[in-house]
Amino acid sequence: MPELLLQFEGISKSFFGVHALQDIAFVLPKGHLLGLIGENGAGKSTLMNILGGVLQPDRGGMRLRGQDYSPRNPAEATEAGVAFIHQELNLFTNLSIADNLFIDRLPRFGKSPFINKRAARTRTRQLLESLNLALAPDTLVDRLTPGERQLVEIAKALSTGAEIIIFDEPTTSLTAGETERLFAIIQDLRRQGKSMVYISHNLGNVLELVDEIVVLRDGRVVDQGPRDDFTIDTMISRMVGRDISQIFPSRQSVPADETLLEVRGLSQPGIVKDIDLTLHKTEVLGLFGLMGSGRTELARILFGLEPFERGQIVIDGVVCDGVSVRDSIRRGMAFVTENRREEGLLMEATIVDNVGLVALPTFASAPPARLLRARGLRLAVTRVAECMRIKSGPVHRTLAKNLSGGNQQKVVIGKWLMSRPTIFIMDEPTRGIDVGAKYEVYSIINDLAARGAGILLISSELEELVGMCDRIVVMSKGEVQGAFERDEFDRERILQAAFKGHQAHQRGGQ
Amino acid sequence: MEAAVGMQKSRGKTLVIVLRHTPLILFALIFLIFGVLSPRFLSYQSFENIVKQASYIGIVAVGMTFVLLTASIDLSVGSNMYLSAVVAGLLIKHYGLPVPLAPVVCLAVGLLFGLVNALAVTKLRIIPFVATLGTLWIGRGLGLWLTKSVPVEFPEGVTQIGAQRLFGIVPLPVVVFLLIVCCAAVLLRGTAFGRQLYAVGNDIEAAKKAGINTAQVRGMAFVICGVLAGLGGFISVAQLGIINAGFGEGREFDAIAAAVLGGTSLFGGIGSVFPGTLLGAVLIQMVTIGLVSAQVDLYLQPLVQAGIIFLAVLLDSIRTRQLVRLSRRHIRIEEA
Repeated sequence: MPELLLQFEGISKSFFGVHALQDIAFVLPKGHLLGLIGENGAGKSTLMNILGGVLQPDRGGMRLRGQDYSPRNPAEATEAGVAFIHQELNLFTNLSIADNLFIDRLPRFGKSPFINKRAARTRTRQLLESLNLALAPDTLVDRLTPGERQLVEIAKALSTGAEIIIFDEPTTSLTAGETERLFAIIQDLRRQGKSMVYISHNLGNVLELVDEIVVLRDGRVVDQGPRDDFTIDTMISRMVGRDISQIFPSRQSVPADETLLEVRGLSQPGIVKDIDLTLHKTEVLGLFGLMGSGRTELARILFGLEPFERGQIVIDGVVCDGVSVRDSIRRGMAFVTENRREEGLLMEATIVDNVGLVALPTFASAPPARLLRARGLRLAVTRVAECMRIKSGPVHRTLAKNLSGGNQQKVVIGKWLMSRPTIFIMDEPTRGIDVGAKYEVYSIINDLAARGAGILLISSELEELVGMCDRIVVMSKGEVQGAFERDEFDRERILQAAFKGHQAHQRGGQ
Repeated sequence: MEAAVGMQKSRGKTLVIVLRHTPLILFALIFLIFGVLSPRFLSYQSFENIVKQASYIGIVAVGMTFVLLTASIDLSVGSNMYLSAVVAGLLIKHYGLPVPLAPVVCLAVGLLFGLVNALAVTKLRIIPFVATLGTLWIGRGLGLWLTKSVPVEFPEGVTQIGAQRLFGIVPLPVVVFLLIVCCAAVLLRGTAFGRQLYAVGNDIEAAKKAGINTAQVRGMAFVICGVLAGLGGFISVAQLGIINAGFGEGREFDAIAAAVLGGTSLFGGIGSVFPGTLLGAVLIQMVTIGLVSAQVDLYLQPLVQAGIIFLAVLLDSIRTRQLVRLSRRHIRIEEA
């Protein structure tokens, strides 16, 4: 029986009278890797924030190595050997790797206030080497890829001598190769006797990686046990508390012949080249590509966020040579961004303010005053929130930052629904949200298509595109490498197209 | 194709290097223009004047840089200069304070001023813009109440300090300025506090999670800024010998302009004291004196000055955008 490292003893926490956690109790043995799964809002993050000292429990406590452990802030947690790698990385992009690793305890010359930069560099180099990361300690974090940044975070955790490392959705912004590298490192750390908590919505990864699984639902532990007791299906059914017969809802419409959006020979040097694309009415068109294939950049060009040099964008038969975001919105286009926290949502604003943002002008009173009809706006937003099944308090009081990831995504989509667009560009709309919320987002997409909209669905999850789309266009290196109709969906061929242009450069790299 | 790619890369790299050093290049450019316009500008005397007159604003701007790096702002430095000098002047006049203690008094008042700002921002959680706007009026008001808006004259001993030269060559204000720049540069680059200042300016939430005492770091920036504003007040008065009710008014904007011209971002986390703020402060003074030597119409001078500052800041914002664009990864390499 391995030594018990950490025990949760009846932890409860509520926010504004809503129970986020109730009587959480489980143990983390030394050297074990524990998968913590649950839908968004199940309480995973709250629990880990308590472990990491960010939040304090209302009732209950924790024991670390048999001792009472109740960190009042992240620094105390670090001191006790608990490191928390957040989903949004906590790195300072304007500083070097070495500065980032030691920002709270830079090595000094004796008792003087001066930093011993050589010592900092040497220790950084050692840590980076232990992770097989070939980077100079003085490199600015600004210059690193998301994958490299993730590994720097791990190096930071190791530099504090952490014995427990919490990973919160570590793979969302990593490429397949970077993910594998991360997993190899996690396995390595386990062999060294580190204990880890791994939170992810990617259940396949969880099953592949962890020793034990704890399932949270509505703030309670609903199941726990060794990994072998679980399959992806049982994990899902325990998480949502009901059986999901299908991950993808069935489509209710077929693509019409009418063209909504046509792209001809669109080029922007260094970004995309000769893109041809057609989106029909009631069609869900998938855009697949690896990270850095240019799919997000193409979406940004189509919506008018980035310029293009050559080519045409035709919307409803009208040619636009250059587009601005306002033109795009006026022509009935909507853009659900990949990064909802940074681009799609005003985190400090209420649901009404967020959802109403795009459609504000339509809720203005008669000129010249053009005052906002607040009640009308609130009613309209409430309707959208109900039809999107956004789970929240009153829409005019709940702030976006207090919503779970899935509900935030619904707010982003709801924002666009208010202006009744006909063309939706959705970039990774289900990233980082749980299975139940994914299903709801898929249903919303199907509904939109059935009502006559065209949807350009961008995703790096091929399963999602195969499950949802009428057609899939594959991009690589900024060019369209192939298009597949629904009856010729073949994962292998799609992936081959996505890797086109990659083999020559990085043979055997992954 | 390999060669073409290489060339494109190196061209991009040169552009990045040029853009990263805009303050320096701008500095050289303006220097050359005035040099061509007026030979008098190129004399040693005019160099000395430029740096000497830049010194007090430079010292204040160094303090401002600390505050700006944490993504805050201190609007009260002008009033701080005024109040510090007023208190020192009155103490000398009415209480027989020995002249050599005058700078100490200025530093002490500046320190107090900085502490008030720090407490207002970190403990009372007033946003810096409003907090320091408040202390701007409090400082000015106190000074006016103490002096009844009568100009305060300083004894000759004070101006003698200002006129002293190190080794008989370098004017004392310049020495103090350079010393402050050196200390500040070491503090920013070589100490944990300096690095944490940059971290807080980059992402305060992340800084909290990294276990940095963000309140302490931000507060410390305001305290340093306050102390240096007090010192700036003394250096200025040591050159003038008298202060009237308008002393220091609007200097906060000169200090901000000097820091920003030197490449410090108003959004925090980016900037330096050396060479940044040093160049910025000297650049502003260079324009002022250059315009005089080039005999530009007196009434046109403020307009030209404003135009040059505007141009510099515009260049800076273009630079930032270009840098973002150039450092972005390219998905494909275009064939020539």
